Amino acid sequence: MTREIERVAGIPVVQIATIVPIMLTVGTNRIVPGVAIPHPTGNPALGPEGDRAVRRELLLRSFKAMTTDITEQTIFEK
Amino acid sequence: MTYRIVHYINQFYAGIGGEEMADHRPELREGFVGPGMQIEKLFNGEGRVVGTVICGDGYYGENTEEARKACLEMIKGLKPDILFAGPAFNAGRYGFACGDIAAAAGEELGIPTVSGMYPENPGVELYSKKTYIAITSDSARGMAKALPAMTNIGIKLLKGEKMGPARLEGYIHRGIRKSFFHEKSGAERAVEMLLAKLKGSEFRTEYEMPVFNKIPPAPPVKDLSKATIALISSGGIVPKGNPDHIRVSSAESYGAYDISELRNMTPENYESIHGGYDREWANVDPDVVLPLDVMRELEEEGVFGKIHPIFYTTTGTGTAVANAERFGREIGEELKKAGVDAAILTST
Repeated sequence: MTREIERVAGIPVVQIATIVPIMLTVGTNRIVPGVAIPHPTGNPALGPEGDRAVRRELLLRSFKAMTTDITEQTIFEK
Repeated sequence: MTYRIVHYINQFYAGIGGEEMADHRPELREGFVGPGMQIEKLFNGEGRVVGTVICGDGYYGENTEEARKACLEMIKGLKPDILFAGPAFNAGRYGFACGDIAAAAGEELGIPTVSGMYPENPGVELYSKKTYIAITSDSARGMAKALPAMTNIGIKLLKGEKMGPARLEGYIHRGIRKSFFHEKSGAERAVEMLLAKLKGSEFRTEYEMPVFNKIPPAPPVKDLSKATIALISSGGIVPKGNPDHIRVSSAESYGAYDISELRNMTPENYESIHGGYDREWANVDPDVVLPLDVMRELEEEGVFGKIHPIFYTTTGTGTAVANAERFGREIGEELKKAGVDAAILTST
């Protein structure tokens, strides 16, 4: 889905998910590793504030991913 | 002799539980558990399942190195002659775990390993070159056929019998080509193939081209402060009540919802219907799967232009690749028409 959206729309699509090898297999170009399978963009164990902080950091990293010029599949680590 | 068989299965086939138990840590049980009983039966007295290694799919996916290490230790201790993993059918995380542990056991212990998967399982592309993967149907309804297929391959490997080509033996080809003398030269065979192709009759290539489902990366966003960003998810986040009846798994459709007036996803307005992960956290706060709340904050702070008013969503579990690609094409068309600059897609 990620790859087809990127191909058809011609825009960067950043995928946030947890199992990186699957994203590499399906052809995602800009990869941001998520927190956990059932809560990729948050960490409820850290309480409401910690949870939001995690989300904010992931989104800022996603913005960095979409504004970075890349030539191949790239994993954007913290 | 009696072969020592070890079987790897997930929490579900061990009868421990479904998604709520997906974080179950590696555990060793003596003898067979679940489908291993039938594997032992199919060995017809020539093999015994000496132990079953069980691990939750979520745990294996999220802590792959630790899970692999713990499972390998357990397998090693059982001194197996062969490892069976699965069958995983079309369960993506289970297929990943089965492929990973089979590949690792084969490499570390030098024993034959056999799994079973539906050809579209992501575990296939990752591990088909490192373990034998018998072709199965896409769901557990195909168990009665999957186990003999896996066992037959396993017995052949144990007995050192000649392994035929993948398409005849019923496993997914491992990219291995064996040399042999053919009565006809390559030129003759190529011309025969060409003639068959021109006539429109069937022919089979001797060298399949790999399918690269990769594309060059799109150019980056130039000015983030003016960019419109779309939010998309395959995490099953839908308006409360799932008005468009998107399927909880094997989705055949996606939803498009107006979120222009929405600041925050709460249990009152949105929910998760995804059938492939524990929805406990997503249903307390859907923002842990679709991060709308902090996106709104960042929008107000002027970090980027604006959030695209339409949010696209589906469930990505057991979903046919062809369907997922179609959703992608259709959503891509709409984003292009709307002049969206980038997208963030979250998956579980």
